[in-house]
Amino acid sequence: MQIDSGDTAFVLLCAALVMIMTPGVGFFYGGLVRRKNVLAIMMQCFISLALVSVMWILWGYSFSFGPDKGGFIGGLSWLGLSGVGGAPNPDYSSTIPHLAYAIFQAMFAVITVALITGSFADRMKFGAFLIFILLWSTLVYDPLAHWVWGSGGWLKELGALDFAGGTVVHINAGMAALAASLIIGKRRGYGRDPMIPHNIPLVMLGTVLLWFGWFGFNAGSAITCGAISTTAFVVTNTAAATAALTWCCIDWIRKGTPSVIGACTGAVAGLVAITPAAGYVSPLSSIAIGIGAGIFCYLAVLFKVRRGFDDALDVWAVHGVGGMWGALATGIFANIAVNSAGSSGLLFGNPIQLGYQAVGVVAAAAYSFVVTFIILKVVDKVMGLRVATVDEAVGLDIAQHQEEAYS
Amino acid sequence: MIKVEAIIRQERFNDVKNALATAGFPGLTTYEVKGRGRQMGYTLTFRGKEQQIDLLPKMKIELVIKEEDLDKVIELIRQKAFTGNIGDGKIFTYRIDEVIRVRTGEKGENAL
Repeated sequence: MQIDSGDTAFVLLCAALVMIMTPGVGFFYGGLVRRKNVLAIMMQCFISLALVSVMWILWGYSFSFGPDKGGFIGGLSWLGLSGVGGAPNPDYSSTIPHLAYAIFQAMFAVITVALITGSFADRMKFGAFLIFILLWSTLVYDPLAHWVWGSGGWLKELGALDFAGGTVVHINAGMAALAASLIIGKRRGYGRDPMIPHNIPLVMLGTVLLWFGWFGFNAGSAITCGAISTTAFVVTNTAAATAALTWCCIDWIRKGTPSVIGACTGAVAGLVAITPAAGYVSPLSSIAIGIGAGIFCYLAVLFKVRRGFDDALDVWAVHGVGGMWGALATGIFANIAVNSAGSSGLLFGNPIQLGYQAVGVVAAAAYSFVVTFIILKVVDKVMGLRVATVDEAVGLDIAQHQEEAYS
Repeated sequence: MIKVEAIIRQERFNDVKNALATAGFPGLTTYEVKGRGRQMGYTLTFRGKEQQIDLLPKMKIELVIKEEDLDKVIELIRQKAFTGNIGDGKIFTYRIDEVIRVRTGEKGENAL
């Protein structure tokens, strides 16, 4: 194994692109909340970047990618990144330093916890949030990453495909968000007081940072720069564009006007859905995946509103449902002609792939939901998840951080 | 006719507004205002530097009502804006000479 300087440069730059997605999520969510809570949610995203980065070096990478323990979790031998250095690793990174792969993966662990913040926006204690992500990243993200991507992970051995994290990142964050919204309860005044997004330009800024960073997320997941990363790049852009158009059309038909937030949400839904499929499908298939993402995520948002659970910023509807659609769509549209290291799906003569994908979806969704539920129950018992009523009324920016966004 | 001006906490605004509407006073005008009382605000620290925050954000509500409703409206605003802490705000009342509805030209209490 020899280090390829082109591949190494590519993966390091992609890691930087994925890094910008986490503050991008902060801008996206920050624009959607009320003015009194914008700093709090941007801070949750930003501090995820700091805290999970450190955790990843100390134990996260070892638990996720370390030598396999029963297909469930990585062992302890790479704690502190010991032995993870400049040499390539045959399982993960045959042409780049193992350390480059580890830092690229770090950014995925970071953004996954940042995504969940949208569900408990406007009402979570900052201290409880820190404890939650510490536990969640270790007990939910790390094992799931191992199942899907770790050498010896049981879903990987089964043959479930997840090119860039539809299961590990999006289904995982979406189901955790669902559990969180059920446990922490609705925002005070939900359904009665106006809760209007306070800065839509900020939402769009976040969306374009996500779209931009997603090239690193998906193309970079090839871990080499060539045909597969190019395919991933092209289908990523195409699915985002298609889903944005789809969402606009549905809005236009249902409400008479296309909404800006809707176009942004649609783009994100498309990016989510193409993530697991990115390296395995053709550009034409990505159009179908984008249309599906627009439709299914839109329906999921409506379903959430009707059921009345307050997943404040629709993490479940966009990331959970979008991720599930993407994972199943991979089992439909994957084509071995696109990627010889992949597999074919239903439409290309291999229906069993759809079954593998379904197993991945169910296993990830169930594990994430149940363990998140338990973690939050415990944190709630020990220190309380929710801020005091008066703090919620005043807003988390002043109550939790003693700062105002606009003064 | 009486004009009621209330300066209240921002976080109490929705409760006050909803209670007024329920009690039959849906029409009002509001502003986001800044102001201070006798305490002159409080001190915050930004990057090690202390800043005196002497003007605090509040909501101002204005509504014009019939004279006989005055006690009821004042009691209602007091109840809903109340936290018991310094900074709950103040209510001012004024007599109004005339009210004219622009669309129809109606005058007086009919225009309320």
